[in-house]
Amino acid sequence: MAEKIGVYICHCGTNIAATVDCKSVVEYASGLPDVTVAREYQYMCSDPGQELIKKDIKELGLTRVVVASCSPLMHEPTFRRAVEEAGLNQFLFQMANIREQCSWISENKEMATERAKAIVAAAVKRVGFHEPLEVKKVPVNPNVLIVGGGITGIESALQIADSGKKVYLVEKEPTIGGYMARFDKTFPTLDCAACILTPKMVSVAQHPNIELLSYSDVTGFSGYVGNFTARIRKRARYVREDKCNGCGLCTEKCPISVPSEFDCGLGKRKAIYRPFPQAVPNVPVIDRDHCLFFTKGICKVCVKFCPRGAIDFDQKEEYVDLQVGTAIIATGFDLFDAARVKQYGYGRLPNVITSLEFERLSHASGPTGGKIVLKNGQMPASVAILHCIGSRDTNFNEYCSRVCCMYSLKIAHLVHEKTGAKVYNCYIDIRAFGKGYEEFYKRILEEETIFIRGKAAEVTDFAQSPAEKGKLVVAVEDTLLGIPRRIPVDMVVLSVGFEPRKDTTELGRIFSISRSKDGFFLERHPKLAPVSTASDGIFIAGACQGPKDIPDSVAQGAAAAANALSLIDRKEVTLEPTIAFIDEKQCSGCKICIGLCPYNAISFDETKKVSIVNDALCKGCGVCVAACPSSAIKQRNFTDDQILAEVEAICA
Amino acid sequence: MSKLKSNFEPRIVGFLCKWCAYTGADLAGTSRIKYPPNVNPIRVMCSGRVDPVLVIKALASGADGVLIAGCHPGDCHYTNGNVKTIRRFRVLQKMLDQFGIERDRVRLEWVSASEGEKYARVVESMTENLRTLGPLNWNGKKEVSS
Repeated sequence: MAEKIGVYICHCGTNIAATVDCKSVVEYASGLPDVTVAREYQYMCSDPGQELIKKDIKELGLTRVVVASCSPLMHEPTFRRAVEEAGLNQFLFQMANIREQCSWISENKEMATERAKAIVAAAVKRVGFHEPLEVKKVPVNPNVLIVGGGITGIESALQIADSGKKVYLVEKEPTIGGYMARFDKTFPTLDCAACILTPKMVSVAQHPNIELLSYSDVTGFSGYVGNFTARIRKRARYVREDKCNGCGLCTEKCPISVPSEFDCGLGKRKAIYRPFPQAVPNVPVIDRDHCLFFTKGICKVCVKFCPRGAIDFDQKEEYVDLQVGTAIIATGFDLFDAARVKQYGYGRLPNVITSLEFERLSHASGPTGGKIVLKNGQMPASVAILHCIGSRDTNFNEYCSRVCCMYSLKIAHLVHEKTGAKVYNCYIDIRAFGKGYEEFYKRILEEETIFIRGKAAEVTDFAQSPAEKGKLVVAVEDTLLGIPRRIPVDMVVLSVGFEPRKDTTELGRIFSISRSKDGFFLERHPKLAPVSTASDGIFIAGACQGPKDIPDSVAQGAAAAANALSLIDRKEVTLEPTIAFIDEKQCSGCKICIGLCPYNAISFDETKKVSIVNDALCKGCGVCVAACPSSAIKQRNFTDDQILAEVEAICA
Repeated sequence: MSKLKSNFEPRIVGFLCKWCAYTGADLAGTSRIKYPPNVNPIRVMCSGRVDPVLVIKALASGADGVLIAGCHPGDCHYTNGNVKTIRRFRVLQKMLDQFGIERDRVRLEWVSASEGEKYARVVESMTENLRTLGPLNWNGKKEVSS
């Protein structure tokens, strides 16, 4: 029976119509075999556009539909739904992409129109080979995996847990809290980071619906939307979480002191330690590299003093598999390594510090008890803050890190308030874009901070005049005055920017998330789907997607939680039925396909001597289809006939 | 030959994997990057779905070249489908030699979802290359007079 195909050409306003002569494509399509009707419309995705299709299906008895418009990634679900609503199976539809891969790439109207015709012809020829398919519905596991226990992950976890759903929060450090736990005050309100963060951390620890897996990381993630299995590696802390009550006696008695990572090496910690006193979970961890028992086989002081017998040197790392329906990745960022910019002398000049080191100095529970001091213990009389270190710099990262301007202003305020020192800000532009930010900038201006518009060229201790003796000299061009300046100061703070985490590629591989040009995780749509990814059921939030301040990170954490909850509340998801199946009559039983399947979805039926595909495991990649020597394996909606139909139409 | 080079518009069949290459090609459009419209895209779920037979049939039906594009090795949405593509591609190249078809007519490229620019460059260079090679005209259907 000949098919009755309806072809619909979308103008997409002028997005398509400006470069593709839609009328001529319609005329061309009308002449193609089996095409009953071909129409054009301004916006096919609009209600009237969809109505057009539905009406034709009902009145003209169409058996197949082709819509030539944008990318199927955009509106394939829209039109499939429309077709289904008119009583046609949704898979008797094919989309022809004449926008992203046609009208937008060409300025030559003639060539674009020819290409559009070829694309439409391929879709028309292909759709004739389509078969009705049934979508499979599977239940959604309501458990959520959250990776990263910074402020973003904490927000997501609490939102989801409060709705009554189970959350597994995985954090690779011994404590949650992330960068925010290390900050002193937060801009522009100047409330202390710990005061607003630690109550949330405690809520995480106490929440009955949150299972916290600290000192752990995700090593594997498989399955499909609604039904994932996550493999978690729990590293050995050598302290049993179920026995320890966090009294801290072990830390007190431990004889070994090493530089504390949490304090950027400015303070000390013990070999058995909590990164900071409010750590969650409130359980110490033993640093194998420094513990005397692990290095020399002696000591065991902690064992002796622990009142609960919680120290366990025999603890091994263990792997657990978690069943979850959705995952939120909130792994945050790395700070730019200031030592990479040689001319600022970081690592060489002792009083050149990074902004994070400043945060630790200024923090009331930091290594100096909140005193801003030089390496010699004295208060600085003058401080220069250099903006955009590693950001907006073609040698390093081209992007703006979005938070450095504001935290630099905050640092200027703290220095001013705590030391009375003279403060210089060397900036390119001040970006005070958020709520209350511009007002904060004004306030700092009024505090007599000196702003010099110009990126610092160099920091040196080479004095050219008596005034520069024993000082750090910042060489900078004041671009507003048009003169080079040399500013002698006691301390230089480098406002370092954000970078993607070092393990972004590895994590992206585990969760199938792509990275954008800047190296951060790629969202599904920069405006309309900022926390979704190309993989259904996997969301990203916070600074792993790009530099963000705390309010934006929290907003994204909550947004990702809402996305996950929406999916959970749907209770079931539909799976693409585009999976492989084996024609038993054609299968020769060679078993080539079995070894190729990445999901172990193919097994061998010993009685029938044929291979069989497990529908639940097959993800529909089609690798086996391409390998089958007897063409016994077919992939639904991607059969050889369908693909060859496209090939032939293109080559005709 | 020089005349051929300037007038000839090669016809290229592009097998693009849905997750990386097709999305990357979409991105090229969204970013309004202009490139020759000579590749006609066919969406497949994975570059590993591209049976060498499909490539040979495309060339036999009148294509001057075939582009296979997928996720970067290690980034495959289906774990390692593209690794199988690499293996098949090597065999395919030997097949092309046997048919007397220039290896340059069939290209395997890795284009991630964020590499719109790369996709445009690949299509550009491939089109340019095929202009130099001239029509394949395997089945002898096309007129070569122009």
